[in-house]
Amino acid sequence: MQQKPEPHREATDISNNPANAGLSRRVDVDALRGSHGAQTQEADLPICIDVKNLNLFYSEKQALRDINLVIPEKRVTAFIGPSGCGKSTLLRCFNRMNDLIDNVRIDGEVNLQGENIFDASINIATLRRRVGMVFQKPNPFPKSIYENVAYGLRIQGIKARRVLDKAVERSLRRAALWDEVKDRVHDSALGLSGGQQQRLVIARAIAIEPEVLLLDEPASALDPISTLKIEELIYELKNDYTIVIVTHNMQQAARVSDFTAFMYMGDLIEVGSTKALFTAPEKKQTEDYITGRYG
Amino acid sequence: MAAPDPEKSLLGWFRSGMPWIWLTAGTVSFSLIMVFGLLLLITLRGMGHFWPHDVARLHLIEGTDVPYALGQIVDRETVTAARVKALGIEVPPGRDFVDRYLLKIGNRDVNGFDFKWFSEAEFTGMDYPPDVFVAEREEWGNFYGYLEGVKESGELVASGEQAWPALRERLARKQVLKARISAIEKHTMGKVSATLERLRLQRRALQLDGAPTDDPRYADLEAVGRSQDEIYNRLSEELAVLYGEIVRDTITVRTIDGAVTDLNVQTLVRVFAPNRMNVVEKLRHYGSKIAEFLLDDPREANTEGGVFPAIFGTVLMVLLMSVLVTPFGVIAAIYLREYAHQGTLTRIIRIAVNNLAGVPSVVYGVFGLGFFVYYAGGTIDQLFFPEALPAPTFGTPGMLWSSLTLALLTVPVVIVATEEGLSRIPRSIREGSLALGATKAETLWRTVLPMATPAMMTGLILAVARAAGEVAPLMMVGVVKLAPSLPLDGSFPFLHLDRKFMHLGFHIFDVGFQSPNVEAARPLVYATSLLLVIIIVTLNLAAITIRNRLRDRYNAAET
Repeated sequence: MQQKPEPHREATDISNNPANAGLSRRVDVDALRGSHGAQTQEADLPICIDVKNLNLFYSEKQALRDINLVIPEKRVTAFIGPSGCGKSTLLRCFNRMNDLIDNVRIDGEVNLQGENIFDASINIATLRRRVGMVFQKPNPFPKSIYENVAYGLRIQGIKARRVLDKAVERSLRRAALWDEVKDRVHDSALGLSGGQQQRLVIARAIAIEPEVLLLDEPASALDPISTLKIEELIYELKNDYTIVIVTHNMQQAARVSDFTAFMYMGDLIEVGSTKALFTAPEKKQTEDYITGRYG
Repeated sequence: MAAPDPEKSLLGWFRSGMPWIWLTAGTVSFSLIMVFGLLLLITLRGMGHFWPHDVARLHLIEGTDVPYALGQIVDRETVTAARVKALGIEVPPGRDFVDRYLLKIGNRDVNGFDFKWFSEAEFTGMDYPPDVFVAEREEWGNFYGYLEGVKESGELVASGEQAWPALRERLARKQVLKARISAIEKHTMGKVSATLERLRLQRRALQLDGAPTDDPRYADLEAVGRSQDEIYNRLSEELAVLYGEIVRDTITVRTIDGAVTDLNVQTLVRVFAPNRMNVVEKLRHYGSKIAEFLLDDPREANTEGGVFPAIFGTVLMVLLMSVLVTPFGVIAAIYLREYAHQGTLTRIIRIAVNNLAGVPSVVYGVFGLGFFVYYAGGTIDQLFFPEALPAPTFGTPGMLWSSLTLALLTVPVVIVATEEGLSRIPRSIREGSLALGATKAETLWRTVLPMATPAMMTGLILAVARAAGEVAPLMMVGVVKLAPSLPLDGSFPFLHLDRKFMHLGFHIFDVGFQSPNVEAARPLVYATSLLLVIIIVTLNLAAITIRNRLRDRYNAAET
């Protein structure tokens, strides 16, 4: 990190930030499009997640600084930025995974389909059913492949064998894993390769039909072939789900996402359509990062 | 001469680390030698006891009261001549050391003791007469001598060589009769006695309830009591007949001193002529002795017979303790690790739990006696068994209190091991479950706890290893020298947690140090020790097998 993003440290009111102005309140993809002059997006995308003035502190240290952002429905939004910039922390706000950490303080709003998920009336378990998550390292449970996929359904109290069988098969098919494991769904999931395990975890997440799928560097622990499969899968899945992916691989962000947000040191620096952000970044920091000058 | 090679100098040798390797390896070897030496010692001493050793006849020197001594040589040692002289025995001049032999001469009813030392100087020769007769008896220990004849109702029916088959036949008959008698006494009559006792308690309960004396329920109890009394009387008559039959046969035997006596066949357990037996017969005898040791009740103040009640009591107590300690320890560990705020208080509790494991076990015994037996047991008696008072039901040492005391003793081990296991479950697994919409409790039940089961088993293994070997606290809270009945039997409610029980550890102490016949009991101490070690190892191996199986299922996720 050779440079310090001085102006953004001071800019507490993000609406003054022209990069975020277009996305700050209402979904205004036209404005977004206008700001970048790119004609790649359809107009009037419905909003899925709307983040307003989100601040997050670990004890005294501020990890997210006044984030304003919208995430459009059924599109892939990528968060990029150097390590420690807060992109995973922001992602984990969306299903309130940060609640598990002691001494975390959050203020601001994250609205999922218009409902603030930090509201006291929100049931966290229900929220997490709506917002699925896949982690960096594949984390299958030490159970059979079948039981891994059926886990979320069993939690919901579904016991009927037929329903479970169908859901397991459908999920594995959609995660492009069915053909590889159909003969051994009752074997331990721990016998699968890393790439297969990661697709299994995706199948497990989509088995409960979430609205949003959060992917936290889903391919960083995988080899190139497995990475490619995961990327193809993301491309397939965006027809049905709103996908938010955190990646430190810019090529990956460019390949799979429709929108990209660049974060640095807890600030959201720039957000826009992926094509625009990568071809004509508005901020110098963004440009420096994507051209490999720091990070 | 070349300069000394620094690599070969003493300093170089120290620097190379070799002394360290030797020290560490030596320590391990020493430990192994100690362990295997101990096992070997108790195995040889213990298992040798059951072998039918040949019976030696010592030809005593002139001037002794009797010409011969007969018995099994059980020990041999070399002592200083002075020591033997001090016992008033002539030692040939010029000898500094003499060998002496410990002879099991038996016939305690005649001699008053079973064992006698004979120094080399006291006999001139030794032989093994083939017709020596050995009888194991219900009381007075072994008989050594010669079989003269067999009598039925006082009439001589066989003598000389024919006496052997006749005796075997009659001994078999006696075993059958004895089995019938004990079946009646222990089961049928035991049931009647239990019923009568229950009736007595019911009557007492009625009195305590303040029922008037003309209450019809008294009459009902009376009627049942009368019918039971009838059964009891009928059984008594049946027993009297059997007792009459079992004393029918006697044998005439002659001791080495020439005294001829009659032994009732009823008092014999097994008879054999060791000097005539071949290896196969000896092996068969050995097997039957081992079976007796494992499966029978003790006889003669625990110095003969088996240790089955002690095995049973030990295993049952350990199992009960496991059943009590596992849920308790695991639940406490779950709270400490998963729910409690990880602050100073939790840390203090954790330190306290660890220190509990270091409290001397006898302290737990005192606590168990004061709290469980007197306080908890006394309260239970007053609340639930007032009709039996002043005789205590639970307010006296027993199985339940022993298991609870040992559970208390071992609960820190289970807590520590379970906590360790819970803390090793990767965060990613918990997050994976939570991210699927599981609550914290669901995550615990469906994922974390199953994955922590190997650690819980480790805790249980350590708990069992500690509990099975404890004796000191048990002496205060439930173990006895001789328990009249097993804590588990066929009469309701089958598992009698209020009963006192026998325990192998205490049995060793009792037989070895409290018995009137220490010399006779010593091999039994070794055998019982070996058995205790085997049982603990078996219990541990069973638990380890289960743990490894669980670990295979989950281990890949722990890396």
